[in-house]
Amino acid sequence: MDDLLSEFLTETAESIDVVDVELVKLEQDPNNKSVLDNIFRLVHTIKGTCGFLGLPRLESVAHASENILGKFRDGALEVTPEAVSLILASLDCIKGILAGLSATESEPVGDDSELIGQLNAYAAGGTALAPKVKAATPPPAPQQELDRPLKPGEVSLDELEAAFQSAPGPQEAANEAPAHDEDATAKDNGSRAGSEAQIAVQSIRVNVDLLEDLMNMVSELVLTRNQLLQILRRQSDSEFSAPLQRLSQCTTELQEGVMKTRMQPIGNAWAKLPRVIRDLSVELRKKIDLQMVGADTELDRQVLELIKDPLTHMVRNSADHGIEMPKERAAAGKPETGTIRLNAFHEGGHIIVHVSDDGAGLNVAKLKKKIVSNGLASEAEVAEMTDQQVQRYIFHPGFSTAEKVTNISGRGVGMDVVRSNIEKIGGTIDLKSVEGRGTTFVIKIPLTLAIVSALIVKCGNERFAIPQISVLELVRASGNSEHRIEHIKNTPVLRLRDRLLPLVDLHDVLDVARDDEAAEADREEFIVVSQVGSFTFGIVVDRVFDTEEIVVKPVAPILRDLQAYSGNTILGDGSVIMILDPNGIAATTGSAMGDSDQVSESDVVAIDSEGRKETMLVFRAGTDTPRAVPLSLVARLEEIPVENIEFSNGSHVVQYRGQIMPLVMVDEGCVMKREGRQSVIVFTDRGRTMGLAVDEIIDIVEDRVDVELTSDRTGIIGTAVIAKRASEIVDVSHYLLKAFGDWKKGARVETQDGANGRRVLMIDDSDFFRNLLKPLLTAAGYRVASAASASDALRMREEGQQFDIILSDIEMPGMDGYELASTLRQDGIWQETPIIALSTHSSPQHVDRGREVGFDDYVAKFDRDALLESLAEQLTKRGKAA
Amino acid sequence: MSKGTTNVTQIKRTESTAIGGDFITFRLAEQLLGIPVLEVHDVLASQKITPIPLAPHAVAGVLNLRGRIVTAIDLRARLGLSARKADEKPMSIVIEHNGEPYSLLIDKVGEVLSLTAEHFERNPVTLDACWQSVSSGIYRLDGELLVAVNVDRLLDFAVAAAA
Repeated sequence: MDDLLSEFLTETAESIDVVDVELVKLEQDPNNKSVLDNIFRLVHTIKGTCGFLGLPRLESVAHASENILGKFRDGALEVTPEAVSLILASLDCIKGILAGLSATESEPVGDDSELIGQLNAYAAGGTALAPKVKAATPPPAPQQELDRPLKPGEVSLDELEAAFQSAPGPQEAANEAPAHDEDATAKDNGSRAGSEAQIAVQSIRVNVDLLEDLMNMVSELVLTRNQLLQILRRQSDSEFSAPLQRLSQCTTELQEGVMKTRMQPIGNAWAKLPRVIRDLSVELRKKIDLQMVGADTELDRQVLELIKDPLTHMVRNSADHGIEMPKERAAAGKPETGTIRLNAFHEGGHIIVHVSDDGAGLNVAKLKKKIVSNGLASEAEVAEMTDQQVQRYIFHPGFSTAEKVTNISGRGVGMDVVRSNIEKIGGTIDLKSVEGRGTTFVIKIPLTLAIVSALIVKCGNERFAIPQISVLELVRASGNSEHRIEHIKNTPVLRLRDRLLPLVDLHDVLDVARDDEAAEADREEFIVVSQVGSFTFGIVVDRVFDTEEIVVKPVAPILRDLQAYSGNTILGDGSVIMILDPNGIAATTGSAMGDSDQVSESDVVAIDSEGRKETMLVFRAGTDTPRAVPLSLVARLEEIPVENIEFSNGSHVVQYRGQIMPLVMVDEGCVMKREGRQSVIVFTDRGRTMGLAVDEIIDIVEDRVDVELTSDRTGIIGTAVIAKRASEIVDVSHYLLKAFGDWKKGARVETQDGANGRRVLMIDDSDFFRNLLKPLLTAAGYRVASAASASDALRMREEGQQFDIILSDIEMPGMDGYELASTLRQDGIWQETPIIALSTHSSPQHVDRGREVGFDDYVAKFDRDALLESLAEQLTKRGKAA
Repeated sequence: MSKGTTNVTQIKRTESTAIGGDFITFRLAEQLLGIPVLEVHDVLASQKITPIPLAPHAVAGVLNLRGRIVTAIDLRARLGLSARKADEKPMSIVIEHNGEPYSLLIDKVGEVLSLTAEHFERNPVTLDACWQSVSSGIYRLDGELLVAVNVDRLLDFAVAAAA
């Protein structure tokens, strides 16, 4: 069966069951809005999906019952037992059709016009011929059950008669009713289960945790099987051998089966990409063709989730930086349309994903310059590097092409983050790039995270496991062989194919005593050549054993600080061994390798914080959670002697600079100080000042502010991490309103002419300012919509949304305000819409440039008065012109 | 499971008592100590233990107990006693702490004793600081003293790291 259809059937069957139950609830509690909304939503979804899948019969029935539900919701119809019966009848009809659908994969032929007619009649008039409905419904049981609860006071004649006939005494009649009820429910359940079984037979929903548990159990089974096989190998002629072989076979199949339940095609992670590329090509005015090969290659859903973002990021990167503009391409003799190609396939227990483009490739000379200027390597070192080595520096933390941060790829996320994300799941990433011809990224990821293949090595008297994925090759070195470990001031190195490979001796890393058996000269050593990111190094071990499939188990809490291990496992012979983490080993060996995770993390922070910084005033009031306001909104900080605070007209006030300044507490929990001096943050707005009484001013912090959670508490915009502490961002406008409640109403009247429900589109990349300005504009009477970037705004334009006026930030990642304004002025439905620039820079040059590109006005970001004035002015101007 | 394992006892854990109750006794360098019986999951003979390089001093290594990886804590090292002689094989008492299994390496397991509060004494103030921190008190037995070990504090790794 079609995937889409079977999914629809499963989902709809679930929804209908919910609606069944909810309807009964609704009948008993007709005023319960949330129940009604839920029913309406579910029926609406069913209707919508039917329409989408081309199921007209289902759609019309669902549509008719939705009509009645809609009337319930609007209050136009009362929830009556008849109406509920009608809807239940329509649900039964839907179930019937679904059953037919699951059996034949097409809608069964049938005529629902009678039912639809009744539904519509009821929707129109509020009455339906109830008996007729009953006749039309296949199973009458549910209605009997449902009719009853709504008749608490009255008993119908029919029922009385039935009771009299079936029961000799009143007591028994009372008992009869619930018994009958149960019977009805049982029947109902039975029939429902039957139809459900039919519908859901194609697929069932299983909790992911259950699958995870199953996977763990199977992993254990695999290990036990391996142990048994190992024992068997030692016994030449055992009667266990045949059954063990069978067990082994079954275990393998079971493992594959369970793995399959967790497998999803990689295409799921690609699903969003065509849209991303389409939008990008419009935005960048490039012609890009996205090809996806091997979308049905399956991998573990856990892995899939983790590579989704890195993949999307890389494709964006290719579109933004890789593919050239059509003209450049034509000039270079390439077709105008660039190609980005995704190719996924299996290779030796791994999934390989190629992300390639036929764009400009990486400019090695430019990269070299960048490496030197970023201080990642000296000029001499760079000169020695191969092209590929140079290119690999793009994975290096701290190597961001910051000069060209764009909306598309520059979100403070560089290739180093992509790399570390892929390495986190035990994958590797590499690239090949030819200047002028294009770039190919090669990602190698494990099929699953539960079982990994590992190389077992020996160091001292102990064995360790090294995940196979980080092992490039093995080299045997001894005093008289071709490969010999040489030392430069005690630093071991190895000549490997005309290159010097830095070595790390595992004995030193783990502080393990060496085997002294062999003399120094002819001692054999094995070198495990490993790659961590772009850094290749050798790990010197005493011996190399086999590779083995292992189940990674986390180490005990007391050992979690040890960087050298990524986990431990039980081997086939039952012994426990530690799993080495090549990343951690590279990191423990010091800064020379410069690739430790710590470095990359701090660099990420640095890149991020370059994005957008706000200066915040952090203070404490009432609770222990620090609170913050943008310093730009603060007029002054004062400490007011308590004796100067007066209590007038129900609120605290203080005489301040010849005015009466109201003092507002942050929330009810706060108290004014009784003695000494009270810290007050002074805000000024339209010539009025207001003081916010706080317990303590903590600090002024410059930080990137991402308001992460919009709070539903009044007076708080949301929570943001400021100076590494979660802080509540205070909504100043709320307190202004609190202090000048009456005055604000006046203000609303004042701007009403211009505002009065006018639609404002606010474009700003900072959540923070959108959250800050929105209440202000809403309070002034505007209807505010917001967009987080120029491209979002352009999308809204394409969707045909209309606004009376647009407010746009200037400094935005990607397309900036100037570019946006000139784009909007060129054509489209917003060509005539006034645009006001909001900016932190309001120098004459900026203003001039703004006017040139088509802004109607230019307002400093924090000047609320000017903003409101300008809005009103522009709107009246437009009004007159029109 | 390796051949040498003998299950001396296997008791389900219910809840531990404050003062008094049943204790499993064991010896560490001649000293008699006790752990509430209800805390103990298993008592094992000598096990094959995989040492972990770089691990804290008290961590003797990890071992495989019926497919579970158990962290072995050498109580001699944990309590600042001299190391066991090479030919002396330790026994282990398996307990669980915060959902993680631990095997406490001891010299020799004793018997189960029912102890009452009347024999209980607080730690003498002059007791070694490390012992103070892990002992919940002393029981006076005939001719001998028993140190009652508090398992939670024993496995409090912040303290263990400092010790």
